[in-house]
Amino acid sequence: MAEREPMMAEKVVPPIMEPGYTFATVTDKISSIVLTHKTPRGWYIGFGISFALFMMFLYAVSVLFVRGIGVWGVNIPVGWGFAIVNFVWWIGIGHAGTLISAILLLLKQDWRTSINRFAEAMTLFAVACAGVYPLLHLGRPWLAYWLFPYPNTMSVWPQFRSPLIWDVFAVSTYAIVSLMFWFVGLIPDLATLRDRATGRVQKVIYGLLAMGWRGSAKHWSRYETMYLLLAGLATPLVVSVHTVVSFDFAISILPGWHTTIFPPYFVAGAIYSGFAMVMTLAIPIRKFYHLEGFITMRHLQNMSKVMLAMGLVVAYGYGMEIFMGLLYSGNPHEHFQTVNRITGPYGIFYAALILCNILTPQLMWMRRTRNSVWALFVISIIVNIGMWLERFVIVVSSLSRDFLPSSWGMYAGTRYDWMTFVGSIGLFLTLLFLFLRFLPTISIFEVRAMLPAAAIKEKH
Amino acid sequence: MQQKKDRMNDEVGPIQFGSGNGFSLPVLGQDTPTTPESPDPIAAGSRDAASSEVLAFQKSVEGKSGKQYWRSIDEWAGTPEFEAYVKREYPSQVEVIVDPFSRRRFLQLMGASLALAGFSSCAYQPKEELLPYVRQPEEIVAGKPLYFATAMPMSGGAAPLLVRSNEGRPTKIEGNPEHPATLGGTDIFSQASILGLYDPERSQAVTYTGEIHSWSSFIGEIRVALGVEKSNGGQGLRILTEPVISPTLGKQIMDLLKLYPNATWYQYESAASDGAFQAAQEVFGEPVRPIYHFEKADRILSLDADFLASHPKNLRYIKDYTKKRNPEAGNTPNRLYAVETTATATGGNSDHRIPMKPSEVEMFARGVAAAIGVGAAAEVPEAFSLMIEEVAKDLKAHRGSSLVIAGDEQPAAVHALAYAMNGALGNAGSTVVFTKPLEVNPVAQLNGLRELVADMQQRKVTTLIILGGNPVYAAPADLNFAGALESVQLRIYHGLYNDETSSYCHWHVPEAHYLETWSDTRAYDGTISIVQPLIAPLYQGKSKHEVLAAIIDQSDHTSYEIVRAYWKSQGALNTEASWRQAVHDGFLKESALPAGGLTAKQTSGLLTNVTPQQQPASNTFEVNFRLDPTIHDGQFANNGWLQELPKTMTKLTWDNAAFFSPRDARNLRLENSMGSSGGDFEVDVVELELAGRKIKAPAWILPGQPDGVVTLHLGYGRTRAGHVGTATGFNANLIRNTGTPWNATGLIVRSTAERYVMAQTQTHHSMEGWNLVHETTFDEYREHPDYIHEEEPPTPRDLSLFPNWPYNGYAWGLAIDLNSCVGCSACTVACQSENNIPVVGKEQVMMSREMHWIRIDRYFTGSGDNPNGSVFQPVPCMHCENAPCEVVCPVGATVHSAEGTNDMVYNRCVGTRYCSNNCPYKVRRFNFLLFNDWTSASLKLLRNPEVTVRSRGIMEKCTYCIQRIQNAKIESEKENRLVRDGEIVTACQSACPADAITFGNINDPNSKVAKLKASKRNYSLLDDLNTRPRTTYLSVLRNPNPALKPTKTENA
Amino acid sequence: MKQIAPPLYGLLAEFDTPNELVRAARATYAAGYRRIDAFTPFPIEELSEAIGFAQNKLALIVLIGGILGGLFGFGLQYWASAITYPINVGGRPTNSWPAFIPITFEMTVLFAALAAVLGMLALNGLPQPYHPAFNVPRFALASNDRFFLMIAKADPLFTHQGTHEFLKSLNPREVSDIDE
Repeated sequence: MAEREPMMAEKVVPPIMEPGYTFATVTDKISSIVLTHKTPRGWYIGFGISFALFMMFLYAVSVLFVRGIGVWGVNIPVGWGFAIVNFVWWIGIGHAGTLISAILLLLKQDWRTSINRFAEAMTLFAVACAGVYPLLHLGRPWLAYWLFPYPNTMSVWPQFRSPLIWDVFAVSTYAIVSLMFWFVGLIPDLATLRDRATGRVQKVIYGLLAMGWRGSAKHWSRYETMYLLLAGLATPLVVSVHTVVSFDFAISILPGWHTTIFPPYFVAGAIYSGFAMVMTLAIPIRKFYHLEGFITMRHLQNMSKVMLAMGLVVAYGYGMEIFMGLLYSGNPHEHFQTVNRITGPYGIFYAALILCNILTPQLMWMRRTRNSVWALFVISIIVNIGMWLERFVIVVSSLSRDFLPSSWGMYAGTRYDWMTFVGSIGLFLTLLFLFLRFLPTISIFEVRAMLPAAAIKEKH
Repeated sequence: MQQKKDRMNDEVGPIQFGSGNGFSLPVLGQDTPTTPESPDPIAAGSRDAASSEVLAFQKSVEGKSGKQYWRSIDEWAGTPEFEAYVKREYPSQVEVIVDPFSRRRFLQLMGASLALAGFSSCAYQPKEELLPYVRQPEEIVAGKPLYFATAMPMSGGAAPLLVRSNEGRPTKIEGNPEHPATLGGTDIFSQASILGLYDPERSQAVTYTGEIHSWSSFIGEIRVALGVEKSNGGQGLRILTEPVISPTLGKQIMDLLKLYPNATWYQYESAASDGAFQAAQEVFGEPVRPIYHFEKADRILSLDADFLASHPKNLRYIKDYTKKRNPEAGNTPNRLYAVETTATATGGNSDHRIPMKPSEVEMFARGVAAAIGVGAAAEVPEAFSLMIEEVAKDLKAHRGSSLVIAGDEQPAAVHALAYAMNGALGNAGSTVVFTKPLEVNPVAQLNGLRELVADMQQRKVTTLIILGGNPVYAAPADLNFAGALESVQLRIYHGLYNDETSSYCHWHVPEAHYLETWSDTRAYDGTISIVQPLIAPLYQGKSKHEVLAAIIDQSDHTSYEIVRAYWKSQGALNTEASWRQAVHDGFLKESALPAGGLTAKQTSGLLTNVTPQQQPASNTFEVNFRLDPTIHDGQFANNGWLQELPKTMTKLTWDNAAFFSPRDARNLRLENSMGSSGGDFEVDVVELELAGRKIKAPAWILPGQPDGVVTLHLGYGRTRAGHVGTATGFNANLIRNTGTPWNATGLIVRSTAERYVMAQTQTHHSMEGWNLVHETTFDEYREHPDYIHEEEPPTPRDLSLFPNWPYNGYAWGLAIDLNSCVGCSACTVACQSENNIPVVGKEQVMMSREMHWIRIDRYFTGSGDNPNGSVFQPVPCMHCENAPCEVVCPVGATVHSAEGTNDMVYNRCVGTRYCSNNCPYKVRRFNFLLFNDWTSASLKLLRNPEVTVRSRGIMEKCTYCIQRIQNAKIESEKENRLVRDGEIVTACQSACPADAITFGNINDPNSKVAKLKASKRNYSLLDDLNTRPRTTYLSVLRNPNPALKPTKTENA
Repeated sequence: MKQIAPPLYGLLAEFDTPNELVRAARATYAAGYRRIDAFTPFPIEELSEAIGFAQNKLALIVLIGGILGGLFGFGLQYWASAITYPINVGGRPTNSWPAFIPITFEMTVLFAALAAVLGMLALNGLPQPYHPAFNVPRFALASNDRFFLMIAKADPLFTHQGTHEFLKSLNPREVSDIDE
C-alpha cells in the first residue's frame, strides 16, 4: 500500500482510491462492515473502554448536580474553567466535519468523498459533547431552558444582547443542520443496506430509515440540488458558529478577551483542531477496517496540508495578539495582560501551546513526514492537545488577572473537572464506535460515482 | 427612620421581651416592670400565636433537648452513633458529617444537633394552649422593625448601640448616633455580636462536672459551700473577673466583699494594659486615664498606639481624626507620625510611618522628650535622629494643639513620657484630658493574677468564682493557671461558652448574652450606658448580676431589679422619668467622667532613669504580642463573621500567623508561595522559642513589619471554642510571659520542614502602577486641585454610539472618601449582617469564594519591603450606568432599575457567572455551593426578613441596601413627599465610624452625596472603561512634613 | 387456463452500465414514451434530462425559507426586547439592533436548511415505504451495481406486448413485469 512505498510516493501523487474496485466490490466492502461481519473483538474492547469513560462522566455529573458547581475549581475571579474550555474545544473539533463535507464539496474536492461520512459523524458527536458543557456549567442547570425564548406566564424573555444567547441559537442551529446534512447523506446508503440486509430486524430498521429510497433519477436530481444548497448554507453557518463562540470572549471587556482578532482566529483554530481530530480518527479506522483502499495517503497528505495552512493562520493570530497588546493598543491593561499571558503564572501553558500548535506542525513541511502515517498520527494528537491548551490559556489567564490587582486569583481544575473532561471524550468515542458498527463509515454511493465505470462516455 | 423605643414607656411592658417577641398579652401591672413569669420564655412564648419560630426554637433547646444538644457536639460529633442519629433524625444533615468542608458547613452541623435535640424534645413538651392576642399591642406593626437602645460591654469602653428588632428578634446592630462617645459609628465586634447571640454553641445549661443541673440546685449547693467560707470571713474565697466597668456589678462585688471581708477580688483580661496603669500611678499618683481630643490636634505622635483599629474605644478617635483631615470640612489637616512595631491601620493611614523594634520605642520616646525638654537627655539610635529632631520641632511648633499618644501595649515608661510630653507641650487640658478610670476598681492585673495563682498553688484558695473571661486559655503560660486551678476545691465558672475554663471548673453557669439581659456599663469617655435586653435568654443564661445576687443571698432578684435598684440609689437616675429617659436614649446625658488637665510630675523616676535594655542574644528576634484584629483576645473565636473577616493589614482569614519582615524572611529562607486554587498560600512553619517555651506557627511575610521583630496575634489556637473557632490558628499565649506580656526579646526562630496553607482574600498588594487609588499631598492638592483629571481626563458622556439612558427622579449614588477610610472593616460585617451573607469557611476562602458584598482592598504604597503606608479602598458594587454585567446575562437576571441601581433578580439567575467575568471590579459573589444555612433553628431568627436568603447556584452582590431604599420611599410616599437627603442610610454607611461612605440621590444637587461627587477629589474607578459607576471615590491626601523625605505617592 | 395475473404497473429493463442505461433512456424518450423513470445506485446527471425531467423548484423553496427565517429571527428579538419586555440593560437601547444580527443570521440558515431537506423529501414524495418496483426481486440491485429503466403502464403508448418488444430492442440484460 501507498505508505509502504515511499519511493513511489516521492514522485507520484497517490490516488484517491486504489484501482480495481467495481460497483459491487465497493458496495460489498463497505456495507459488509455493518452487515455481514461478526463484530470484531477489537471493537468490543474499544467500545468497552469508551463506555467506561462515559460512565465516569455520568458519575462526575451526578456529583456536580447533587453538590453544586462548587465541586469544580471555578471561583471569583475565574468564573469559567474547564467547562467552557472543553466546550470551545469540542465545538472547534466539530468544524472539520462540516468543512470537509460542505466547503470541499463546493470546491469540488473529490478526495473528500471517502472521509466526509465519518467526518460528519465526528462533527455530530463533537457538537453533542460540546453541547452538554454550557448546561453543566450553569449554577442551576435545571433552569437551562430559560435560555430559550418560549412564551411563559412570567412573560419574561431572554436577553438577546448576551453572546451566550447567540451561542444557544448558533450551536443548536449548527447541531440541527449537521444532523440533517449527515442523515440525508446517509439515505441512499441506508437503501443499500436495506436491500442487502439479511436479518428481518435489520431490514425493517434500515428500511424505515431509508424512507423508501429507490434511486429514481428524478429523486437523484432533487437530491443533488438539495445537497448543494445545504452545503452552501452549512459553509457560512460553520464559520458563524465559531465566530459566535469567539464572541463569548470578544464581546466582554476583559483584557485579552476584548479583541477583534478573535472571530477569524477562532475559526481557523477550529478547522485546525478539527482536521487534527479527523486525522487522529481516520488513521486507526482505516487500519482497523482495512480501508486503506478508500482512505489513501492522498487523503492524509491533503489533510496535513490543510492543517499546515491553518496552523499558520493560528500562528498569525497569536502574533497579532501580541502586536496589538504590546505595540498597537496602548492600553496598559491590554499590555499587562499580554505580558502576563506569556510570563505570568500560566506562562508555562502558553509555552506549551506554542510548541504544540506552532512548532511541531512545521514538521509537515517535509514530504517524509506527510508520508509517514505514524508521524501524522502523533502530530495530529499533539495539535489536539495544543488547541485545548490554547483555550485554557485564553479563558483562565485573562480571568485570573484583570483590572483590579486586589481581586486577582488563581484557578486549577478539581478531580471532577478532569473526570468530566476525560469522560466527555468517552462519550464521544462511545458514539463513534456505535456509528462504526451500525452505519456505513464511508459514503457508498459517492464512492461508486467516483469509479471509472461511472463516467458517461457520450458521443454527442 | 429609626424610631427608638423604650421598654418602660410601652403599653406592653417588659413582659414582651420576656416572651422574646412583640406579641405577648398586654400587661397587667404597669409599675411592676417585671412579672414573676416574665423570664420564662416558654410560658410567655406559648401564649403567643404569632412568633412560632421564636417559640419553636426556644422549645427546641429547653431542658432535655439542651442536654442532648451540648453533649452531642462534644461527645458525639464524628462518632458513628452521632452520624446514625443524624441520619435518622435529620436526613438532610448527613452530608455534613461526611462533608470534607465541615467547617464551611459548621452552621448546619450545629443546626443538626440542635434540631435533632429539638425533635427528640418535642415529645416531652407539655400540651399548651395557644391564644390569639386580644388587643393589638401598640407600636407593634407586623413587618415594621423597632429600634431599641442598648450597649455592648467591652473592656476599654462599651459600644453604644441601637438594635433593630423584627417581631421580637434582634436582627441588626446599628450605632447610636446620639451617644457622645461614638456619634453613631460602630466596630466589627459589636456588629458581629448579633451572630454571637444566636450562636447555637453557646452553653445552654447549668452543669456540675458536665452533668446538667438546675439553677436552683446550683444556688443550693453554693450556699452550702459559701456558708463554710463565711465562717472565716471568706478567707479561701477568691473572685476572678474581667475588669469591671459596670457600676452595678462593681457595687454587687463590693457588697460581696463586705459579706466576706477576707475574700479577694482579682481582675484579668488578655488586653490588660498595666503599663498605662502604673505610669498613671507613678506620675499622677492616682490611676487616671487619658482621653484624647483628635479634633483639636494638629500634630500627632503615636508611640505604637493603634488608635485607628476597630474597637469601641477608638470609634470617636477615628471620627475626629478623619474629620480633621477632610478638606471639604475646611479643617487644617493634622499630621500623624506613627511609630509602630508591626504594620497597623494607624501606620497605614499616617503621614510618616516610623517602623521600629519594640525595644526602640522607649529610646525614640526619650529622644523626642529630651528634644522637647522632658526627662533626661537620652542617646538615640542614629537612624532616628533626624526624625526625632523634626518630630520634636513640629510638636513644639504646635504647643497646645499637638498630641502624644502611647500604645496600651507599651511599658509604663513610654506612657509616662507621653504624659509628660503632653504636659510640657501644653496639651493637657486641650488635646489630652484625664479622667478617673472606667473601671470600678482598676488594678495592675498581671500582679493580681500572679498573686492568685500563687495562692492557689499554696492551696489557700478553697472557692474560686470566675465571672466571665477565659483565664485558662488567656493567662500567660508562665503562670500555669490551669494547673494551679486544679488545686482549688470549688471552682465556679460563669461564661458564655463551655470553653477551656469551664472544662476546669466544677460548676459552669451559662452567661446571658448582653442582648438578653439588663445591665449597665460605661463608654470610653465614661458615659453611663444602659444595657437593655431585646429578647429573653435563648438558653437559660444568667447575667453576672444574677449570679452575684445568688452568691450574696439575693437569688430572687432579677437583673432588672438589681440594676434599677442600684440606679435608684444614685442621684442622676433616681426618678422613674430620668431612668426611662436613659433607657430610651441608651445612655445618661452628661454622665461622662469629669475630665481635667493634669500635668505630670516631672520628677518621676520613669522619666529620668532609662529602663535597662537587657542585651538580647545574637540572632534572636524581638517578639510583640497583639490582640487579633478580628477575633480580639479569643472571645469571638466562634464567630464565623469575624473569623472570615479579612484582617486589616494582612487580608488573612481564619488564622493568625507569625509576621516576619521581607528581609528577615529572605535571611531565614521563609517562603509564602501562592497556591493554585485562588486564595490559598502555602507558607513555612517556624518553631518559636521564648524563655524555654516553644510553639509552632506559620510564618507570614508582611511588608512593613520592622526587621528583627516577630508579631504574634492572641486569640487563636482555642481548644474548646466550638466548631467555628476550635483548631484555627495557634495559641500565642503559650509563650507569653507575665513579665513581658506585650513585647519581649530573645525569641529564637527555627525553621521546620512543615508547610501550612493559609487563606487570604487579597493575594496581590501593588496597584501595578494603575491609578486605582489616587493619592497626593494636601499641598499638591491645594496647588493643583484638578490633578486627578489632569492625570486622566474623564470619559466624555457622549462617547457611546447609543443615546444615554435618561434618569429622571431619583438617581441613587454612593461616594466613598478614601481619605477617611481607615480600613476597619465595620462596613463589611454590617453588610454581612444586614444582607444575610453566608460564611463559607476557610477551605472556600482558599478557593477564593468568600461572599462579602463590600470588601476592603488594601494596597501598600512606597517600596515593597518597607512601605510608606497603605491605602484602603472599600469596593462594593459600582452600580455602573453602562453595566458590563447586565449586557452579558443571557436571561436578564441582572438589569437596571429606573433609579439607576443595578439589580439582581435572584429568581431569574441561572448561574452562568458571565456577569462576574465581565465585571471589571469583581464585586459579584457566587453561591458555588449551598453556602447559606437553611436548617439551623437559631440562625433563622438571625436573618433580616427583608432580604432574600440566597440559595445554591445564584449570583449576588451589593444592592445599595435596596430594602432600605424601598422602606424610605414607602414612608415618603405615605407622606406624599420626596425622600429626604440622608433618610436612606446603607448598612455600610451607618456602620462607618469615619463617615467615609455617603449615599443619596445624585440628581438632587443639594444632597450630601451630590456635593461630594462635585468635589475635585472625586473620581470613578477604571473611568476609561466608560462603565459610569454610581459609586465613586474621593482621593487620598497625605500631609507629610516637608522637612522629611516626602511620602512617595507612587505604588510599589 | 392460467389464474388471473396481478394487475400490471409497468415494465422494468435492467442494464449493466450507466452508459447503456442513458442510451436506452434517450431512445425510450425519443420513441415518445413519457411516463418513464430510471433507477441507479448513484446520481447520474445526464439521466434526468434523458428521461425528460425538467429542473425542480427546490431552490425557490429554500430562498423563501431563508427569508422567513431571517424575518422571524429579527422579529422575535425586536418584539421581545423592545415591545413586550422593554427594560434597561446596561444602558443600551431596547432596540440594540447590532446585537440582534447573529441570531437573525442563524435563524435564516436554520429555516433555509429545513426548507431544503423537507422540500426535497416532499417533492420526492418520501418517505414512501411501498413502491411496485420493489416487487421485482432483482430491483434490490438498483442500490448496488445495476441500472434500471421503467416504463409505466399509465403511459399512453404503453402496450404490454409492444413496450416489451421495444425494451428488448434496447438489448437490456433482462426485462421484467412490475406488478401493482
